[in-house]
Amino acid sequence: MDTNQYLEMFLDESREHLQACNKYLLELENSPEDLTIVNEIFRAAHTLKGMSATMGYEDIADLTHIMENVLDAIRHEKLKVTAEMLDVVFEAVSYLDEMVEDIESGGDGKKDVTAIVAQLNRIEAGEPIDASNDEVAATITEDAVVTNGLHYDDFEMTVISQSLAQNFNAFEIKVTLREDCVLKAARVFMVFEILENAGDVIKSVPTVEKLEEEAFEQEFTVVLITEEEEDVIKTKVSKVSEVESVEVTAISEETLKEEKRSQEEQIVQEAKEAQQAQQVQKKETPEKNAKEAKRSRPAQAQTANRTIRVNIERLDILMNLFEELMIDRGRLQSISTEMHHPELTETVERITRVSGDLQSIILNMRMIPVETVFNRFPTMVRQLVRELNKKVDLQIIGAETELDRTVIDEIGDPLVHLIRNALDHGIEMPEERLAKGKPEVGTVKLSAYHSGNHVFIELEDDGAGVNRERVLKKAIANGLVTEEDSESLTDKQVAEFILASGFSTAETISDVSGRGVGLDVVRTTIESLGGHISIESKEGEGSLFQVQLPLTLSIISVMLVELEKEVYAVPLSSIIETAIVHTSEIMNAHSQRVIDFRGNIIPLLDLKEIFELQEAQTEQNDEYQSVVIVRKGDKLAGLIVDSFIGQQEIVLKGLGNYLTSVFAISGATILGDGQVALIVDCNALIK
Amino acid sequence: MTETVQQDIKKVIVFELSNKEYAIEIDVVQGIERVMAITRVPRTPSYVKGVINLRGVVTPVIDLRERFELEKKELDDNTRVIIVSLESYDVGLIVDTANDIVDVPTRSIESQPEVVGSVASDFIAGIAKVDQRLLVMLELARVLEPIGRVEAP
Repeated sequence: MDTNQYLEMFLDESREHLQACNKYLLELENSPEDLTIVNEIFRAAHTLKGMSATMGYEDIADLTHIMENVLDAIRHEKLKVTAEMLDVVFEAVSYLDEMVEDIESGGDGKKDVTAIVAQLNRIEAGEPIDASNDEVAATITEDAVVTNGLHYDDFEMTVISQSLAQNFNAFEIKVTLREDCVLKAARVFMVFEILENAGDVIKSVPTVEKLEEEAFEQEFTVVLITEEEEDVIKTKVSKVSEVESVEVTAISEETLKEEKRSQEEQIVQEAKEAQQAQQVQKKETPEKNAKEAKRSRPAQAQTANRTIRVNIERLDILMNLFEELMIDRGRLQSISTEMHHPELTETVERITRVSGDLQSIILNMRMIPVETVFNRFPTMVRQLVRELNKKVDLQIIGAETELDRTVIDEIGDPLVHLIRNALDHGIEMPEERLAKGKPEVGTVKLSAYHSGNHVFIELEDDGAGVNRERVLKKAIANGLVTEEDSESLTDKQVAEFILASGFSTAETISDVSGRGVGLDVVRTTIESLGGHISIESKEGEGSLFQVQLPLTLSIISVMLVELEKEVYAVPLSSIIETAIVHTSEIMNAHSQRVIDFRGNIIPLLDLKEIFELQEAQTEQNDEYQSVVIVRKGDKLAGLIVDSFIGQQEIVLKGLGNYLTSVFAISGATILGDGQVALIVDCNALIK
Repeated sequence: MTETVQQDIKKVIVFELSNKEYAIEIDVVQGIERVMAITRVPRTPSYVKGVINLRGVVTPVIDLRERFELEKKELDDNTRVIIVSLESYDVGLIVDTANDIVDVPTRSIESQPEVVGSVASDFIAGIAKVDQRLLVMLELARVLEPIGRVEAP
């Protein structure tokens, strides 16, 4: 079977299932008694096993199979959840992760799993060696019994008993396919076609969907209501090729009654068990846990049915087309303002409104929750904490906050850096914390929230904070600041030095957060995304890193300005304000022109000089200068322009690969009149 | 027109620069446009005239005269922009005029003779002689080497 076309789906879903495994394993670690969580993990592992076996990735299938055995044993309360055991399972999951990644990068997903398999086997056999083996065997046979004698719900029972009353026959037909059967789904289809011609299929185990997906081993059972005789059905079905055997059992009133009785008993028993389980949970964990679990699961099931997978490329194409539309909309707008034709104006206004809505929908479609980035952190933190021998509680808040796909793809690595930094340099060793009178377990809080057109991601720790003296010493040594100036710096300014390049004050270099190349890379990445990072820190109390990101990268708000009849765009995100400055207010400090802006002396840059526009040298006869005050981080600068045009939403376009990185130009856009306007990169103008 | 181009024949677009005829292979040509509004891009080499809006795509244009260090000429009605598409980018070339498509037998392409005062030889792939016309075949990859980072002074 050609499996290539399914590969992408396989990868997507495997990743989802592995993430689910990780998530639930972490939950399990916190409440080891909660067997519903084990069930979730089991389910994820089981699906993964089925998928990888179908795709022919045997190592993954083998490993998940063994893992499943262990989980099954836990599920049936033959094994108790212990920390060592979870370690091994975590490791198994990370092995699986690696294998899936390998497949994604074109490998064959093979990996030597014998060691971990042996470990898992030992766990499975682990505590009560003889007992568990026997019991596993027992459960298997028990399972077989269960599949043979089907359970019916009320509705099905009524249907069967009514048909029996009308002299129809009801059969349980168990079909076993040959082991070497290649097209299982096709055989199932053929069997069903025969049966449906003969009568009505009212039930099948596994369900029809599962059968179509080939999510079954060799056999399946179907309940058929028909006028035909047992033998006829049997011979008909047996004619389908690759069918090993067909067993037909008639369902009589008696079997139904028995079934009903046993079911009632089971319900009573289940109710009892549930009650007990709840009581246990109440004791073990706060009540809300159980409630949450109950509430979240059905909700998940619902949303799963209401979404479809769309290739991100298609969304990109949609976005591109929409961008074209935006450009034409701008064009229409400018034409209509020139024409003063009321009907045209009205139509254009409508188009503007509709396309505005369209824009927010398309942008929303490209949004995915930061959860996709966040949910790999708990496992990472857990591992790091073990390596570092620290005790840390990672809290994640607002994981549902949504961000543009392109931003999400980029934000992962910087956040990893920040978290590693917080764990390694921020949180102290447990003894040290106790000595300082802090709780032994450090807290790292990762939160995300929307505000205006931005998303904020904050990482807060209650660790040591930034050591002012040590940072200043280093900053002076690196020539970032002079000794005299250093005293007047605020704590915040000092803290921001650690974002500068080549800055690591950790006395020993650890392999966790490296050599201080990390944080300036973080800053560069975030700034290249049009974002901004700031840090607040109190020595001894902890630090707070705040990352501010734009919601989307492809449509931005800009201020259009004119320079020598050419239009340039300055991103609103870097503009503080605009001002008209009288020539007499411009002062000279050395060779640099400066102005006094709300008590701060800020440098003035003439954009025309910077962009070497021809008439830059001509003396301005104007008494007033139009100045755009822009910022990069905490640094401000004023840009002199000829005039302001106004604010506009524009679609960001690249300059192409021919003009790679032009100085102080970050891209281009197409204006309403079809002209190209360049976008000024303020970050390059301020050093 | 039939598309039966034999292996030993190249179709080329012929254009003029200060009364000399140049040629580029037709495969790389996306289209020929009239001159449209060009937005200057600051701090780029002078032969980079700027960028144009080519049906929604921001496309850089360069002046081939300046690229080849020939004398400048004002743009006029005959001026054309040839849009060529190289591996990873599209660029527009400003030429005096472009009006001919010629079949050039590969055999007739010779390596370029040393001629004083002609375009720097790096840019030339060869000279083709077709019916008394001399066509200078351009080595586009060299002509259109990407403009790297232009540093602040």
